[in-house]
Amino acid sequence: MTTIHLTVNNQPHTLTVPPMKRLLDLLREDLSLTGTKEACGEGECGACAILLDTGSGPELVNSCLIPALQADNATLTTIEGLAPDAALHPIQQSFLQAGGAQCGICTPGMILATHHLLTQHPNPTEAQIREGLSGNLCRCTGYMRIFESIRQAATETAR
Amino acid sequence: MSQGNPILGTSPLRKEGRAKVLGATQYIDDLTLPGLWHGTTIRSTIARGRIKSITFDPQINWSEYAIVRAADIPGENSIVHLTRDHPCLAATEINHVAEPILLLAHPEKSALLAARSAIHIDYDELPGVFTIEASEAAVEALHHDPNATSNIIWSGSNSGGTPNCFKQYQMHTGEADETEDALAAAFESADFIITGEYTTGAQEQLYIEPNGVIAECDIDPATGHIRGVTVRGSMQCPYYLVHALALVFNLPEENCRVLQVETGGAFGGKEDFPSVIGSHAALLAMKCGHPVKIIYDRSEDMAATTKRHPSRTRIRTAVSRDGKLLAGTIDIALDGGAYATLSPVVLSRATLHAPGPYKWPHLRVRAKAMATNIPPHGAFRGFGAPQSLFALERHIDKIAHTLGLTPEEIRRRNFLSTGDRTATGQLLTEPVDMQHLLTRALADSGYHARRDRFAAENPTSRIKRGIGIAAFMHGAGFTGSGERRLNSLVHLDILPNGLPQILVSSTEFGQGTNTILCQVAAEALALPYDDILIHQPDTTLVPDSGPTVASRTAMIVGKLVERAAHQILTTLRTHASLPTPHTRAQFIAAAQSYLTRHNHLRASTRYQPATKIHWDDDLYRGDAYPAYAWAVYVAEVAVDLSTYTATVTRFDALQEVGRVLHPILARGQIEGGIAQGIGYALYEKCVYQNGHLMNNQMTNYIMPTSADLPTIHVYFEETPSPHGPGGAKGIGELPMDGPAPAILNAIEDATGIAFTAIPLLPEDIFERLTAYTTHPHGGTEDLNPATDLDTETESPRVSA
Ligand code: FES
Ligand code: FES
Repeated sequence: MTTIHLTVNNQPHTLTVPPMKRLLDLLREDLSLTGTKEACGEGECGACAILLDTGSGPELVNSCLIPALQADNATLTTIEGLAPDAALHPIQQSFLQAGGAQCGICTPGMILATHHLLTQHPNPTEAQIREGLSGNLCRCTGYMRIFESIRQAATETAR
Repeated sequence: MSQGNPILGTSPLRKEGRAKVLGATQYIDDLTLPGLWHGTTIRSTIARGRIKSITFDPQINWSEYAIVRAADIPGENSIVHLTRDHPCLAATEINHVAEPILLLAHPEKSALLAARSAIHIDYDELPGVFTIEASEAAVEALHHDPNATSNIIWSGSNSGGTPNCFKQYQMHTGEADETEDALAAAFESADFIITGEYTTGAQEQLYIEPNGVIAECDIDPATGHIRGVTVRGSMQCPYYLVHALALVFNLPEENCRVLQVETGGAFGGKEDFPSVIGSHAALLAMKCGHPVKIIYDRSEDMAATTKRHPSRTRIRTAVSRDGKLLAGTIDIALDGGAYATLSPVVLSRATLHAPGPYKWPHLRVRAKAMATNIPPHGAFRGFGAPQSLFALERHIDKIAHTLGLTPEEIRRRNFLSTGDRTATGQLLTEPVDMQHLLTRALADSGYHARRDRFAAENPTSRIKRGIGIAAFMHGAGFTGSGERRLNSLVHLDILPNGLPQILVSSTEFGQGTNTILCQVAAEALALPYDDILIHQPDTTLVPDSGPTVASRTAMIVGKLVERAAHQILTTLRTHASLPTPHTRAQFIAAAQSYLTRHNHLRASTRYQPATKIHWDDDLYRGDAYPAYAWAVYVAEVAVDLSTYTATVTRFDALQEVGRVLHPILARGQIEGGIAQGIGYALYEKCVYQNGHLMNNQMTNYIMPTSADLPTIHVYFEETPSPHGPGGAKGIGELPMDGPAPAILNAIEDATGIAFTAIPLLPEDIFERLTAYTTHPHGGTEDLNPATDLDTETESPRVSA
């Protein structure tokens, strides 16, 4: 067991966990943040994607591949942290409006990937959108409504 | 009927959408119950044989674990689908890899891993039967020698089949003998006889949320009797699981409670399989006296659960010189896997869609589902239709090439239209205009200009571009007499606040059930959409409104909701002075005043077959489906001759689905289906070795990513149908049918090579292209689309 300190969605936590525990399980089991999903457990699908900042700015990572130890002293954002006061974040709003969420299981990861994409490219081209989401699988939408959601979110945030 | 703003045809926010974008939706793995244990399944590692012995390593303290074997099952050791051939747990006989043998549960999930590897199972292994052809060969051998049973892996004796064959159908355009005579005569005198064989592979549904359930078992502490079981989980058809539990536990159905939890994708993959995992978890709950959760990880889900049936279709057609289909025979074989499960009904849909949207003066379709030692194949969006439509739409292009007609022209000369009869004899009374759909699809997609441009550019380019079409239809609702047998029921309640709540067993798994049904009720009741509630399916509260499959929910269940809403209005107008038209406030006042006098207000409506629907299950003739959706899809591809990859570079999809109830959801359905269809054609391959799925991971089973898919253009032609609410028909499965043939037709247009099998991967293209260069008539620099060297043809015969 090892003790780690981390900040999740602006809340500081100190946890004693097995050092190799997956960050995904730490979030879901120790912090009851079940918005982060597991669909493959091997870094292929992005259902478990979160934003992890270990000092050099937030990165989009697959939490199923990250040992808890690696999150020591890090700052994390999960889907629950995007709209802390129950008002939807503009990205969430656009996914809701444009049909970017169908079954919803990929949606938390997709929304965080979009957040990361729009931070890097506030006005993304189609190629940048496709590239930015290529680590997140969605079986329901065929991605077209998700692209539309991102375009709407970009316009909204640009205002 | 509506007096407010129209709601059908607009795109209100998805009912459960807010929770989904917040990440607040609780799927089954997000739930827990007090005292929860975790379950796992011990599965066979061989495809066929008998269990010799099971040993438990004494290193493990087994008293901490709940262990269930076949002998512990209180009722019948069988998962009921259409037959009872499918064991809940294998007792001695093994018929496929990953067949469940033992169940284990423990309070700590981490304790399961070590226990799994401490169980050793010894087998007497038998050689397996892994392909349609091997299964057929065994039947053939049996015909010659009644003792040659060594490769008969499914007896069929008590399940309505024949050895190694779960089900067969035979369908004729007329009386069987007369049709056979007419076929013989047509093949005798036709200008051209064109034959082809087409194959399709297994496809994984790959819902992003794997299968999972939590089960509880209520045991009388005094007597030890099982009083009831409750299962929550990710599923499409709660009442299917009720039927399964009743048999496995030998309990009355009312003591088997099933709750659908928000479901992270299904596509047919959670139609029949939850009956298996749900029964397993409930057995463990019975054994340990605690709630038990089973969540499959991806590799287990892919190795053990159902996939789309692989198929082989042989088509033989007699065609006149001017391109008229004169006669045809179509022979379909599906690989059903080790147990019958849903194969008979998948086969039925394959049979009924085999003729496509064409007029056949004389046609015979023969279809069979064969047993193999592969995990049972099951439901997947399209349900047999994608297989037969792939074959047919490739074959229609082959006829065009043979005759020197364009793909467009051959279709125009044979399309069904209003007033025609389909191959089953169904009179098309509602408007069908495939000619117009084709004209519009080609115009909207700029087909002709692109086709000409590619023909001009290809000779000098390493990247060959092509464009292909597919024309098809999909029947909405259950086949033939199916809806009558389902006899679906819905309730619409008025709650104490005067507002309505829909009670149905129809499930939401992304496709939009909640939203559509609430729109239908809102429109019919002239209330705002936000006022309508729909209850999460719980079989103690919701009636059996049929399974959520077969593109039936909007049309069939939607119509029942609409009728129930009309009943409520009639009641309130007659007994509570609701004026016509009414406002929201007047509705609430009338409803509440009714409730103070009568305590409750519920409208219940049951499916009423339109009297004009006739279906003969024995002859396989009549009105196969209440309604059809019609479509023409156009695919553009680029085939890179240096990397041998084929990419879809643009996709245009035009469909007539009746009235579009929710344009955003409808587009999402079409786009999602097309993405799965593109995967089916070009990416997704199940690689089996000795019955083992070798690529049961997302790393090696490749589905399209956002970088792989083209822009998909979706167009609707709206012809209101009398069958569904507000004129709607079914939509969910249609988009799965067209992409694969359109894409392979486009690849032939690009390269001149008539591929006949999907999935078509770069290695297949490489193999064919490199073989082509050594062919005396071929060459990579000079691919001639008119030369067809790739499918077996009886030499086209031009009559003198
Ligand atoms: S669960 Fe982490 S990438 Fe799939
Ligand atoms: S919405 Fe279902 S997987 Fe993306």
